[in-house]
Amino acid sequence: MTAFRSLSRAMTLGLLRDRTAVFFTLLFPLLFLALFGALFQSDSLTKSTWVQVGDVAVLDDMPDEELAALSDVLTLVKSADREAALEDVRQGDADAAVWEEDGRIEMRYSAADATTAGTVQGLMQSIVQSANVAATGQPPAFELATDQVEDKSVKPIQYLTPGLLGWAIAQGAAYMSAFTLVNWRKKRILRRLWLAPVSPGTVIGARVGVSLAIAFLQVAIFVGVACIPFYGLHLTGYWWLALPLVATGTLAFMSIGLLIGAWAKTEEAANGALQLVILPMAFVSGSFFPNDAMPSWLRTLSNILPLKHLTQALQDVLSRGQGWGAALPTLGGLLLFAAVLTALASRLFRWDDA
Amino acid sequence: MTDDTAAIAVEGLRKRYGDVQAVDGVTFEVRRGEFYGILGPNGAGKTTTMEMIEGLREPDEGSARLLGQPSWPRDPALLRRIGVQLQASAFFDKLTAREQIHTFAALYGVGTERADAMLESVGLAEKRDVRDNKLSGGQAQRLSIACALVHDPELLFLDEPTTGLDPQARRNLWDLLRQINSAGRTVVLTTHYLDEAETLCDRVAIMDAGRILRVGRPADLVAELGVHNLEDVFLQLTGREYRE
Ligand SMILES: Nc1ncnc2c1ncn2[C@@H]1O[C@H](COP(=O)(O)OP(=O)(O)OP(=O)(O)O)[C@@H](O)[C@H]1O
Ligand SMILES: [Mg+2]
Repeated sequence: MTAFRSLSRAMTLGLLRDRTAVFFTLLFPLLFLALFGALFQSDSLTKSTWVQVGDVAVLDDMPDEELAALSDVLTLVKSADREAALEDVRQGDADAAVWEEDGRIEMRYSAADATTAGTVQGLMQSIVQSANVAATGQPPAFELATDQVEDKSVKPIQYLTPGLLGWAIAQGAAYMSAFTLVNWRKKRILRRLWLAPVSPGTVIGARVGVSLAIAFLQVAIFVGVACIPFYGLHLTGYWWLALPLVATGTLAFMSIGLLIGAWAKTEEAANGALQLVILPMAFVSGSFFPNDAMPSWLRTLSNILPLKHLTQALQDVLSRGQGWGAALPTLGGLLLFAAVLTALASRLFRWDDA
Repeated sequence: MTDDTAAIAVEGLRKRYGDVQAVDGVTFEVRRGEFYGILGPNGAGKTTTMEMIEGLREPDEGSARLLGQPSWPRDPALLRRIGVQLQASAFFDKLTAREQIHTFAALYGVGTERADAMLESVGLAEKRDVRDNKLSGGQAQRLSIACALVHDPELLFLDEPTTGLDPQARRNLWDLLRQINSAGRTVVLTTHYLDEAETLCDRVAIMDAGRILRVGRPADLVAELGVHNLEDVFLQLTGREYRE
């Protein structure tokens, strides 16, 4: 066996035999995918519940087939008490209250959920408009046609997979490099390797090689799980660009791990520091849910985080059908980030605890 | 490469840690094929001296040449020819004894058969599937020695190799070291067992407070000071007070 292979083997066995590490760094993100993927099976159709108070002509007179078509998106509940209906809306038990007064249709919704507020208004507008068309017999002068820009098949899994995959890669790569550095320093392996005729390139190469292999395995498992019909991920044309993206991302997150490992004295300290860095970074980068709703300063801040760019580029190539144009700037940026942090880490590097 | 260069030539080594002058001007030579002992109380600077000679630490002053080559800066070609057992053993996390020695063997391009034979010769064949943290102190020590010997080095450094070994393991290790030495290998060891130094070493250096006090054949030192054994020599030279 060559030095490279035997060191790779030693690192791999060391990781796989550490059950807690395997669970938290490798299996945990996968569980998230399995769980979130099942929870958010289809939120492309947001169904709303309206409370109808008394008679509302446009709703009551709606032809049966139209009513049936709306049943996918709308549940109507009748009530006689307007105050109770409004209270339901305030509490979030219903999405809107509707009644008719002197020929005007009145609708109240809660501003607490902007998306639902928009949905119920849009839906009511279109019901009123088609009622107007039916009442006057005049075709409308202008017609609005809308459609979403994403692939018709866009489902939450298309966003969840790149996001959670990015987080999984970040966590695994950073953990492994920090752990190797701290553990090998503490157990004096670094010093022992200094005394063996092995080049630093071989040692670093083995560490990078094992991390890359594990990252690609994570890609295969994530994409494999997400592609089973239950979750229904559809890969777009340039999905394989995820591989170079994940590779450069692995280097970037390894450099974070190196920096932490160079600073930390114990594995516990390294692990704590790592969670303090990786978890907030994952939230701000939109790994778990889109970061559109975040305050703008936080979104600006997220631009310096490698995970934000990795997640976005992974989404672009995995589910938005984009190609090299989306991947190249991220590839370059991640490499630059890795270079800067590795240089910083090398200044903090110590051979032993003393 | 001529064989008449000394196995080890050390010139004026000094090393300071903060305000501790750990090694304070050490000069000596070890001939090829010699069995050399470095003796001294705790904190005398034996480990620091060895580590500078091995090329593990950079000396503040002075130099060490091994087999004619300077040991600092790091020289992989030279490292291939020397074997080192550190005072505190260094093992990979979560690997068994056998995996440890296979890994070290591979670093030197040595096959697994030789590694297994080495494990056998320190009496660890039965413990080969035990992880490093489950080995007893003495077993770990033996594994560490086996890892230092696996590539059949020309020059062998052992820092307190017999500390923590039971009498059987100690005698067996002596036999192993004598056998290695009689095959022409140079061995340098530190020890606190003066009977061990007396039986194994061709020459010993007695150190205290970072300096070498006396170098010679154990029998010559005993005769010179007119005492009974090496332990008396040691105590006479270094005194009886505790070392911090
Ligand atoms: N890494 C270090 N940092 C600071 N001081 C050190 C370090 N290593 C050794 N020392 C100090 O240098 C002196 C010599 O230590 P050294 O380990 O060389 O002694 P030694 O002769 O090997 O002792 P022992 O018999 O206990 O192994 C001691 O006073 C020790 O406290
Ligand atoms: Mg020592």
